[in-house]
Amino acid sequence: MNVPTARSAARYTPYHPRWYRRHVSTYWWMHQWSYFRFVLRELTSLGVAYACVILLCFIRALSLGPAAYEALQKRLASPVFVVLTVLSLLLVLFHTVTWFSLSADAMVVRMGGKRVPGALITASNYVAWLVVSGVLAWLLLR
Amino acid sequence: MAKRPIEPLFWTLFSGGGVIGAFFVPLLLFLFALAFPLGWIAPPSYESLHHLVSLPLSRLFLFVICSLPLFHWAHRFRYTLYDGLQIKHLNEFINVFCYGGAILGTLVSAFLLWNF
Repeated sequence: MNVPTARSAARYTPYHPRWYRRHVSTYWWMHQWSYFRFVLRELTSLGVAYACVILLCFIRALSLGPAAYEALQKRLASPVFVVLTVLSLLLVLFHTVTWFSLSADAMVVRMGGKRVPGALITASNYVAWLVVSGVLAWLLLR
Repeated sequence: MAKRPIEPLFWTLFSGGGVIGAFFVPLLLFLFALAFPLGWIAPPSYESLHHLVSLPLSRLFLFVICSLPLFHWAHRFRYTLYDGLQIKHLNEFINVFCYGGAILGTLVSAFLLWNF
């Protein structure tokens, strides 16, 4: 039998050590509604980006001329774009709702030494949203 | 994720874009991508819209509307891929794709609006 020396003292076992860390599934966000809602909220950014691209297309079409303006609207009326737009619009609306709820937590507004309740901040955001949308609609549709 | 001094800038752009996305984008997307093309609401004539967009203040407004939300997208989408799909080995590529896309979109909108 070999007497272990300093050099050969290290013994290796075929067993893998157990990490103090649990493996997280790639689909962790599908197991619980609140996790899913979180990922959905993050994915609303796709709808926001889609809107930016559409607006850029409109600006380009406007600078190209009336024919391009007509053609873009015709293209956006095709089924593929209608589906994409409806999905994006739902995402964007979800973004608006979650953003307003979030701003109540993110913003600390003090009035007369007291903190303004979150519900009031959220509510004033909705009012501001209606005003902004109203002004925009008036500018575009008058 | 390593903390970089540039990170606060991305967070600022993210929240700025989030505000724009929440307040301005729903109506604009509804009108321009749905109601006007499908004929639910009569679209503004080419001349009137062209005139409106050609005003310097509108162009500045549109530049903010088209660029900031792209950085909002970049930031959120990057972290969704990072946390959600856990594809950390592609981190560098994802960062270049997201922020690069936002920068590209900003340059395109600056170019289009400057030459409008």
